[in-house]
Amino acid sequence: MEVISQLSVELFLILQTVAYAIPYLVGYVLLILATLVIWKLVKRMLTPKHDYSSLKTVTFGDESTVTSNLVASFVSVFFIFLLWGTFTGSTLLPSFMHAPGPFLGDASFTYTSEAEDGSQDDATVTVIVHTAGESVDLPEVEPGEGFALNDVMSVAAYRSELLRVEDNDEITRDDGAVIVAVNGEAIAPGANSVDVGWGDVSMTRRGTLNIAPAAGWQMEPIWLPAPEAVWSRFIEIAQDGFRNASLGEHLGFSLFRVIVGFLLGALVGIPLGYVMGLSDWFRGWFDPIVEFMRPVPPLALIPLVIIWAGIGESGKIILLFLAALWIMAIAARSGVSGVRITKVHAAYSLGASKWQIMRHVIIPNSLPEIFTGARVAMGVCWGTVVAAELVAAETGAGMMIMTASRFQNTDIVIMGIVMIGVIGFMIDMGMRRVERWLVPWKGKA
Amino acid sequence: MSNLALDKISMRFDLPNGSSVQALQDVDLNLKEGELMSVLGPSGCGKTTLLNIVAGFLAPTSGTVSLGGERVSGPGPERGMVFQQGALFEWMSVRENVAFGPRMKGMPKGEANEIVEHLLDTVGLGAFKDKAVYELSGGMQQRVALARCLANDPEVILMDEPLGALDALTREKMQGLVLKLWRETGKTIILITHSVEEALLLGERLLVMAPRPGRIHREYNLPFADLGVNADLREVKKHPDFGKTRDEILSMIWDMEEEIMGRTEEA
Repeated sequence: MEVISQLSVELFLILQTVAYAIPYLVGYVLLILATLVIWKLVKRMLTPKHDYSSLKTVTFGDESTVTSNLVASFVSVFFIFLLWGTFTGSTLLPSFMHAPGPFLGDASFTYTSEAEDGSQDDATVTVIVHTAGESVDLPEVEPGEGFALNDVMSVAAYRSELLRVEDNDEITRDDGAVIVAVNGEAIAPGANSVDVGWGDVSMTRRGTLNIAPAAGWQMEPIWLPAPEAVWSRFIEIAQDGFRNASLGEHLGFSLFRVIVGFLLGALVGIPLGYVMGLSDWFRGWFDPIVEFMRPVPPLALIPLVIIWAGIGESGKIILLFLAALWIMAIAARSGVSGVRITKVHAAYSLGASKWQIMRHVIIPNSLPEIFTGARVAMGVCWGTVVAAELVAAETGAGMMIMTASRFQNTDIVIMGIVMIGVIGFMIDMGMRRVERWLVPWKGKA
Repeated sequence: MSNLALDKISMRFDLPNGSSVQALQDVDLNLKEGELMSVLGPSGCGKTTLLNIVAGFLAPTSGTVSLGGERVSGPGPERGMVFQQGALFEWMSVRENVAFGPRMKGMPKGEANEIVEHLLDTVGLGAFKDKAVYELSGGMQQRVALARCLANDPEVILMDEPLGALDALTREKMQGLVLKLWRETGKTIILITHSVEEALLLGERLLVMAPRPGRIHREYNLPFADLGVNADLREVKKHPDFGKTRDEILSMIWDMEEEIMGRTEEA
């Protein structure tokens, strides 16, 4: 029962988060529709086209008229970068396009302290808000009159700071004085906060003022660095490397593991699939093994592989070998089983021997399936290698982003994620190209 | 003389539910070299089973098939086969497909190529020799299939509805081609078809089979194939006997179909 109530609380929180996101999602959809309308108008003005598909009256439901619109793709990617830049205060954008940033600079507010005897005194607090990591010299201020004396303090943007009035006030909390108002507005411990124009001043339960300058709408670089920061970090790492290895070495190691693991997996998996497709005994022998191992995610094997083979190269290659093996075996098996019996009959009645049928009919007939399997296997291997490197590795793309995240180098993490995505995409494109070159008859039987 | 002889062929197989099907019963048949026999019959009469037995893909439960006195026990290059569709190798060009049989026998490339060139010209694909087969239309693909079968120089050609998937106009043209090739090469041909007209036009002999159990119902000896060899097939169809025989066979098959339907309704 406890579990259920815990889960329902979690679920409620998730739904709440989703509910908060709804207006933004609606806004995003409206943006897409708005650009669509604009594009349609622009297109109508630019090109009065009369090709076959523009003359179709039925477009909704006609699958052939729906191809990926390149303009929409460009606009979509452009908006991602635009949003990124806007909410990180990117220097690539003119400043009027930035979301309101955090308050920076000098500001002040006054507080009113009331002594035990009921007498009140005001003091002015000068607050210097600076960017995080910057050191600030606090200027001298006039102490002013009365028992509450003027203060000066510094706060980093996005942070908050407690004000220690007792450092200089003559009658303090220890003497029974309490702060009763900020900028003339009443304040009480733990209750409300007062908007002082450039931020919020609230009071802790024990009666200390907490100063929080306005954070604005931008993301702090530690959460999300600006695009140019990621780019310059990319240049820096491309030149100097990261953790005793160049960027090329990190990515190269990951790719090397994927290629070696995949090739080994294919080398064993394809013959395995062939014998499973050609002999009922072998099919029966290996079916339980393959069908059991297939649904086990390779990631779940990482702990066992680490125990058996350690965190070096061999462990990772074993893991990727296992990731590719089952996929390739199943692809080869279905490639063999998928051969049309008429083709085999035709070959026999043309006088081909078993070996010739294997060589000239069964193997070429299975190639399209094997290539589909290879594309899937390469994708899975790439995902698996990054995950394995996240767990333990000396080099590699996954190790790079994991180490960076430990030091909160968000820019390196984002750079790494982008590179992993780009490489994964390039692997798939490369496989498709090889496929079109080697099996041009795919899908045309 | 390589006569094709079928002696008391019976085929019976068990179904997973325990019952069994008598697909063929005591089929006797003799084909002299160079004869073209077409086989008709309602679906389920065992004509494809019969062809598969002759091709050697199936072993009959009893009876023997022999070609030129030699008993058939499996597929072999002396019995070529043309399928309805999908039997070409997409990974090979038209030329490679046609050269397949000779190449498997170990014939040198140059020699095989001469045969291929000649056959592709004969079937009217001279301009498509180096195309991929999936680039060709259905009719052209069947021309390739015919050429591929002939390239192997078989004694008997077995055709399993070779023109069944083609449109009516292409089909008519291909019927003329089949007749032409038959006459030019003098091959023994068994042609299975669903079309009564096609069976009449192409078959010197025409076999009508009956279902459950599959057996020979009636045999005709027809003049139309000889008439059609050097004539327009549409003219042949105007022959008075043609229409008469066609109607006779059609009502024969119609009655068989009715009987099957009646029987399944009773069951």
